[in-house]
Formats: sequence, C-alpha cells, structure tokens
Amino acid sequence: MTQKFENPVVELLFQLADDDYLFSYRGSEWLGLAPHIEEDVAFSSITQDTMGHATVYYRLLEGLGLGAADSLAHIRPAAERKNSILVERPNGEGCYMENPRYDWAYAVARSYIYTTAKKIKIDSLKSSSDQSLAEAAVKISMELYYHLLHWKTWFVQLFNATEEARNRMTKALEKVVADSGDLFSFGDAASEITNASLIESEQVLLNRWTEYVKPVFETIKVAVPTFGKPERNGRNGEHTNELQDAIDTMSEVYATDLAAAW
Amino acid sequence: MTADVLLEKDLQAQFEERIAAGDKIEADDWMPEEYRLALIKLISMHGISEIMGALPEKEWVPKAPTLYRKLGIMAKVQDEMGHGQLLLRVAEDLIKPLGKNREDLMQDLFAGRLKFHNVFHMATKSWGDAGLIGWLVDGAAIITQTNMLNASYAPYARALQRICAEEVFHAQHGEAIILALAEGTEKQKEMVQDALNRWWEALLFFFGPPSSDTTGSTKQDITIKYKIRINTNEELRQGFLSKYIPRIQSIGLTIPDPTLRFDEETQKWIYQQPNWENFKKIQRNEGPKSQERLKLRRTSYDDTAWVREALSAQIG
Ligand SMILES: [Fe+2]
Ligand SMILES: [Fe+2]
Repeated sequence: MTQKFENPVVELLFQLADDDYLFSYRGSEWLGLAPHIEEDVAFSSITQDTMGHATVYYRLLEGLGLGAADSLAHIRPAAERKNSILVERPNGEGCYMENPRYDWAYAVARSYIYTTAKKIKIDSLKSSSDQSLAEAAVKISMELYYHLLHWKTWFVQLFNATEEARNRMTKALEKVVADSGDLFSFGDAASEITNASLIESEQVLLNRWTEYVKPVFETIKVAVPTFGKPERNGRNGEHTNELQDAIDTMSEVYATDLAAAW
Repeated sequence: MTADVLLEKDLQAQFEERIAAGDKIEADDWMPEEYRLALIKLISMHGISEIMGALPEKEWVPKAPTLYRKLGIMAKVQDEMGHGQLLLRVAEDLIKPLGKNREDLMQDLFAGRLKFHNVFHMATKSWGDAGLIGWLVDGAAIITQTNMLNASYAPYARALQRICAEEVFHAQHGEAIILALAEGTEKQKEMVQDALNRWWEALLFFFGPPSSDTTGSTKQDITIKYKIRINTNEELRQGFLSKYIPRIQSIGLTIPDPTLRFDEETQKWIYQQPNWENFKKIQRNEGPKSQERLKLRRTSYDDTAWVREALSAQIG
C-alpha cells in the first residue's frame, strides 16, 4: 500500500495529477484511431489539455519539494500512484502499437463520467483554502468547459442513435460505473483533506455530481448511476496490473537514463 | 466538329490563358479534366499522407521522455491530423462533381489506389527517430510545400499557407529534440546517429525520382505545366541538401554517404543514389511498414463503422 503524506495538499495533488496523467495517456493511445478525422483532432486537443493539467499539478508538487515533476510523472511505481481505477483501464483489447481493437463506446462513457466528476471537483477547488490549488482550478475550468461540451454531445448522441449504438453505450457505461467506486474517494486521507478545507467532502461532491448529470441522463432515459464501494481504492495505491503496464510504456525512454536531459 | 467540342476547346484555351497570366482557379471554376485529376491525385495523397503520417509518430507520443516533450509531440501530431482534415476538404470539393466523397478516398487508400507518402512507410525505432522526423521530414515537407504556396489552385494554396506556418513549429520541435540528444550522453548521441543512418535513404526518396527514367513514372510534369508547383523533384532535393547538410554536420553527425560532396562547377550536390528499387516497392505498398499501417487504419476504421452509422442515422 502507498505512503500517506503528512501534508494533505500533497495527498490531494497526487490524486489530481495521477488522474489527469493517466486519463491523458489513455487518450494519447487513441491518436489516429478515432471514428473520423475531425474527432481525432478534437480528441487529441482534449488529451493535450489534460496532460497540461497533470503538468500543473506535478509542478506544484515539485514546488513543495516532492521531487522533479518529470520524475513524479514517469517513474513512480503503481503502488505509489493515487489515480482512480477508472483512468488506468485500457481502451480495449490489444496494445496501441499492435492491433489495437479499441472501443469507442467505452471511450465516450469513460470520458463523460470522468470529465463530469472532474468538473465538480474543479468547481469546488476554486474556493480551496490552498491558494495555488484555487488558482490552478480557475485556469483548468476554462478548458474543461469545452471538454464537457464535447463528451456530453457524444454521450447523448450515441445513446439516442441506433439500437446498436445504444446497446454498446449501455454496456460501456456499466463497465465504467463498476470501476468508479473510488472516483469521488480521497482514500485514507479523506478527513485530513476535508478538514483542511482543500475541497468539499466526498459525499457533498458526489451528491452534487448526481444533480449535475441528472438532466443528461433524463434525455437518454437512463437512471443516474450509483457507485458501489470500490473493490480496490486507487487513492490508497491499490491498482490493477494494467497501471504498471501503462507506466512502463510512458517511462520507456525516460527510464533509460534518469540523469540525462531529454 | 460539334458545338460541344468547340466550346470545350475555347474553354481549354481560356483556361490556359488564365494559368499563363497567373490567375487563381477556384473550386467552382471550369477546369480541364487533366487539371482536376492532377489536383485530386496530388491533394488527396497529400491529405491522406498527413493522416497516415500521424501513425509512425504516434508510436512515440505516450513514450515521449518528459512532460514537456509529451505536450510538444501531442501538439505536433494533432496539427498533422488537422492538416489532413483541411486537405481532405479541399479534395472533397474536387471529387464531388465525379460523384465521390471522403468514404471513397478511404476505400481507395485501403485498396491501394490512393497512395500515402513514401516517407511514412518506414519504421520508427527510437525516440531519436521521432525527433528526426520532426526536424528533417518536416523540414523536407516545408521545402515541397512552400514550392506550391503559389499554386494556381487557390483553395490548395490557402490550405498550404496555414500548413506551412505550422510546419515551421514542427521543424523547431524536432530540432530541439535532436539538439538535446546531440548534446547529451554518448548513448543519446548514438541514438541520433542511428536514426540518421536509418532515415537517410528515406530522406532522399522523399522528393521522388529525379525523372521518369528512374522509376518509370513521375507526375511532376503536369503539375509544373499548370503552375501547381514550380521546381522539379531534383531541384527540391538539392535545396534540401544545401539547407540541411551543414546543419547536420555542425551538430556532430555523420551523413552515411562517403561520396557526398558539393560540386563547385555545377553548383550541385553529388550523392550516392538511393536504391530506387526500394522506392518502387514502397510505391506498391510493399515498404517496411506499409501493410502494417494500412491494417491499423483499416481495422480502426472498421471497428468504428458503427459510430459513423449512428451519426448519419441521427442526422438523416
Ligand atoms: Fe503536416
Ligand atoms: Fe508537420
């Protein structure tokens, strides 16, 4: 199990950073494979923005003396990562280099759920007691607006299109929901994080999310999902093997020489 | 002679006058079939090459060694997809009168009727290759594309304006990666030299055969006749060599051609001819990665067919 940091800001920053970093990584594996070229351009813009957000958080950690941002991003092993299970899941069968058989329904369902959850957190972070977190949240929320619009459009469109699309979306959403138990969790550091007024509590955020997505779920005639208790809690460093595989790929070049300038 | 033929002859003469006068042709203007077909071939190939070109670089996006480099290469590959989008729209307007659309272009690609640029059939084996592509392949692309900035077909010229502006950033991005490696550890230096050795032949292929004698065909003649481009393949290649050989050497790299020299008398670079048989193989989609990349594109296209169906069902 992962180390718990004294400083709740550090704890929260790692969760936010690792979430966006992994989400962006999964997005980058999709490059060139989206359903049409326009989507490839839009999706990769979102992926890029998200990597930018992760970078903001890793740099804040660097500023707090936790080590170089690049090293935090690349070489921390899975057991030290605090991202949610949802973002570490692969895009589908196969590796992105060889015969990827990715599932667009899953990409849309995951992106929609992740991005709406991110929005609720970012809104709350805007009034964080931590000044730099609050400032980062303001900047991030500007880009997030477009990401939300994008994924909401896809989510509703595919649910309300052909029967095949709806079936695929239903299945994909089930898979996403099953992995979202720790999405709103702050893990073992939850009380310290909330007591320090860095962000509102898990329950408050989750309730707000439910209200926020309700109108969208109404248009697709699906009940707003509830997330069960997580089997593994990524916030506490409990992960699938899929995460270590992802880390190995992301750090393949960096790890060949940690001292070199790249 | 029928009235139709007469009219056609007048139109052709008029068109040639416009071209000679430096006029720009718009999508809805009358144009000879030969001109339209040459444009379709050129622009659809350019567009599809931008998209296929994302695949070799994409392999290194998740692996880029720092956050900064990850952001840089993501932005670059996204630009390339954007170029593809822009160019395919230009091509779509040209094929519309023939009753064809983007779906047909994709099917042409899969069937081998529409080729993608020879340089994107090569393997990218290291991070050095990813840097070298940005620096020298995009550098070469700048040379061929600026050669057409003044193309007689206005929609293409406009697209190229925007594309060339972005290509300059790509070349800088690539150069920065290469410089970091060239000034780095022994292993990093080796990585760039290996990349250069691997890519040298492909860089010479980039501009195409010097004349139709070399490989049996070249489409450069029609495009020059209609002022779509200015220079020949060989002139462009010479321009590339003049621009990049000094730069490559100045960062301590060795060009893998001991016979390479500048001939003062003809003011031309003398270089070892690449094996044009390899070029012909690539033309037949038999290059090192031709089939793999086509398969990747085809599989992902098939796997997302349901999405495009769902979207058109909704619009319709
Ligand atoms: Fe390009
Ligand atoms: Fe480029």
